Amino acid sequence: MKTVTLEIDGKEVSIEEGKTLLDAAKSLGIDVPTLCHHDKLAPHGGCRMCSVEITKGKRARVVASCVYPVEDGLVVKTESPRIIKIRKMLVELVMACSPRTKALEDLGARYGVTGTRFKAEENFCILCGLCVRYCAEVKQAHAIGYAGRGVTRRIAFVPEIASRTCMSCRECFALCPTAKLPRETDGVCFDGLTIHDFVAEQNA
Amino acid sequence: MATLLGSTSDLERLRKKILDSEDRGSKPVVTVCCGTGCQAYGSQKVMQAFADEMERQGLAGKVMSRGTGCHGFCERGVVVILFPDEICYLGVKPDDVAEIVSKTLIGKEIVERLTYEDLATGHRCAKEGDIPFYKHQSRLIFGNNRFIDPKSIEDYIAWDGYSALAKALSKMTPKQVLDEVKEAKLRGRGGGGFPAGTKWETTRDAPSDKKYVIVNCDEGDPGAFMDRSLMEGNPHSVLEGLIIGAYAIGAHEGFVYVRQEYPLATENILLAIEQAEAHGLLGKNILGSGFDFTVQVHRGAGAFVSGESSALMAAIEGRVGEPRPKYIRTAVSGIWGRPSNLNNVETWANVPLIINKGASWFKAIGTEGSKGTKIFSLVGKVNNTGLVEVPMGATLRQIIYDIGAGIPDGKKFKAVQTGGPSGGCIPERHLDTAIDFDALSALGSMMGSGGLIIMDEDTCMVDVARYFTSFLCEESCGQCIPCREGLRQMSAILKNITEGKGQEGDVELLEELAEVMSDASLCALGQTAANPVLSTIKYFRDEYEAHVKEKRCPAKNCKALVAYYIEPDKCTACGLCLKNCPSGAVKGGKKIIHWINQVECTKCGICFEVCPKRFRAVAKLSGEVIPPPPQEPMPVVAQQKG
Repeated sequence: MKTVTLEIDGKEVSIEEGKTLLDAAKSLGIDVPTLCHHDKLAPHGGCRMCSVEITKGKRARVVASCVYPVEDGLVVKTESPRIIKIRKMLVELVMACSPRTKALEDLGARYGVTGTRFKAEENFCILCGLCVRYCAEVKQAHAIGYAGRGVTRRIAFVPEIASRTCMSCRECFALCPTAKLPRETDGVCFDGLTIHDFVAEQNA
Repeated sequence: MATLLGSTSDLERLRKKILDSEDRGSKPVVTVCCGTGCQAYGSQKVMQAFADEMERQGLAGKVMSRGTGCHGFCERGVVVILFPDEICYLGVKPDDVAEIVSKTLIGKEIVERLTYEDLATGHRCAKEGDIPFYKHQSRLIFGNNRFIDPKSIEDYIAWDGYSALAKALSKMTPKQVLDEVKEAKLRGRGGGGFPAGTKWETTRDAPSDKKYVIVNCDEGDPGAFMDRSLMEGNPHSVLEGLIIGAYAIGAHEGFVYVRQEYPLATENILLAIEQAEAHGLLGKNILGSGFDFTVQVHRGAGAFVSGESSALMAAIEGRVGEPRPKYIRTAVSGIWGRPSNLNNVETWANVPLIINKGASWFKAIGTEGSKGTKIFSLVGKVNNTGLVEVPMGATLRQIIYDIGAGIPDGKKFKAVQTGGPSGGCIPERHLDTAIDFDALSALGSMMGSGGLIIMDEDTCMVDVARYFTSFLCEESCGQCIPCREGLRQMSAILKNITEGKGQEGDVELLEELAEVMSDASLCALGQTAANPVLSTIKYFRDEYEAHVKEKRCPAKNCKALVAYYIEPDKCTACGLCLKNCPSGAVKGGKKIIHWINQVECTKCGICFEVCPKRFRAVAKLSGEVIPPPPQEPMPVVAQQKG
């Protein structure tokens, strides 16, 4: 297998061709935040939280590290001022959908975001798609999918399939970064977790 | 019965046969525009009326009639042109046809009232070429629409159709074809302006057993319809370009993606494909060259975002039409992971011209960075709306004033929105910029597919930004956070501002959000979604500030920020507004001046519209204090005859 060599945050790394920038950063122990990434799932590139700045020749641009394939000679910055600005704004945007959510508050704390300037519409779904993709790719059940488009996009169970498979599975519950799924069912989460493990405030 | 053309000389023989047939050339022709716009005006009935009248007045068999594609002057449909004299009648109704037949076709007289009238001077012109709307255009791509019946391959062949394909297949290698297109510096007409030859080369050089070529006819920008008109009016020209491209690239299968909303375009391209197959211009061993190529039509399911290349390809594969990260380009890995070259309708239609006339001819037209012509759809507050084709480098002023005949009702020009929802608004001070791909980008807008929406002084620029943002809210696929959530919040902020609920800092927050959306969004839709907001802030920041700080809409357009008021000294108590007010908010009575109860007023504006021009007693206010209503009924003071 061909390996390529690139530079991330000033450190050189050699890695197999075909891997992503996120893989390369991880191999160096660099923590790039993500909301829609899961090791068992194909990269999605939806949350953009893993955006990094790359320089190829003279041109610098922002790419999603979870989907961008490694290239020889690439110079990558995972926490440049431009990237921090992006992450701050993204945290604010998701906080408006899902306030008082532990995963988001942790991210906010990392980047100094304590609240959102945007109008909150609490639906607790940030459309990371982890449940949809896990159900399709790992469980191959396709019991949950997307409905709608644009700002009306949402996740929806397919009743015919869900009624047969979901009660005995619920593996997607634990993946949900905002606990929307347990919130909207019976509050019992997979793997011994409770709703309080996801929610920052007790009375959420 | 179609003749199967086994060689290029077969094609030339067929062309000669068509041209020599007794009907062509020798007989006068009546062409009726049967594009979608004119069909809505009733062009089919006009066609029928011509057939009936010519029969009745003894011209059957002596004059030919032909339904053609869109002529571009949709504002004045139905458009009828009488050849060989090129007499152009506009706004023709079935009732006008008897007169046209008796006066013009038989009596050789002009029916004055149907000719073009210059609104400013009252001057009329009968010849198509003299009409300013047409005179200032150079219709290289679009021009044949007015001669050709799009449902007839014979018509297309008669107008040199498929000669470029014959030339490419018989006299040029695929590499030579590619080099010609590269040399011509043709840039993609779909929006980005990427060099078509470079894209072709990438697909050509990508290793794969199968490659695809695709026509993108998912034209979704509000107000843009040039691709539809080309596809409807001259489908063979697009098809010919596609076959030539396939030959250069080494693809043997092609797709035409037509959006759901274009039934006539679908009908005409399907028919064109069927005819081309029957003539051996598609299929195995095209014109005896050994080159095989087939085309399928894929109808979209109605999504704006499906015009994005990777989303379009996902749709063709049968998946949901959503973009994917394109760090590996579709030219390398597109449909089913195979190299796929996608160009827009207008780009493909340029190809036969380049092959026939050569790269140096093509390069002589246009500007340094953008060659050839561009079709714009000129719409909005402009006298002559329709499709106009001009060389790259024409100025906005030429298009709006020379071709478009300026702004209606003596209003003042304010801005032109170019490039659809991803484009921006350009103010008057840049009207003399020679427009091409790069000049428009430099102004903070873009060429896009060529939509030009003209706005006059009554247009509120904040409301324009709000409109495009809410359009994109619905049309974004919703996959990525910056685009979906960014648009949601952007739309909410803009809505607030137009409703007078804007707060200090809103404009700065919009700018901050816009920067992140353009940096971090997954596809070009999200990356450019903030352009309407950014360009209006750039050129019309004062309007935003008036809304936010003074709660005033300078264009007096935003309903929440305007009020209607009757000026007592102008009101004659004629009762018109009083009678027409749907909410009963206009008070007063006979010989008692009228006034508006602001609490009951729904701001529909009917009082403003019905108040006779000679009084102009109803005023539209914004940001001003509304004078209080009269304490007691006031008798009329103004003279009845003002």
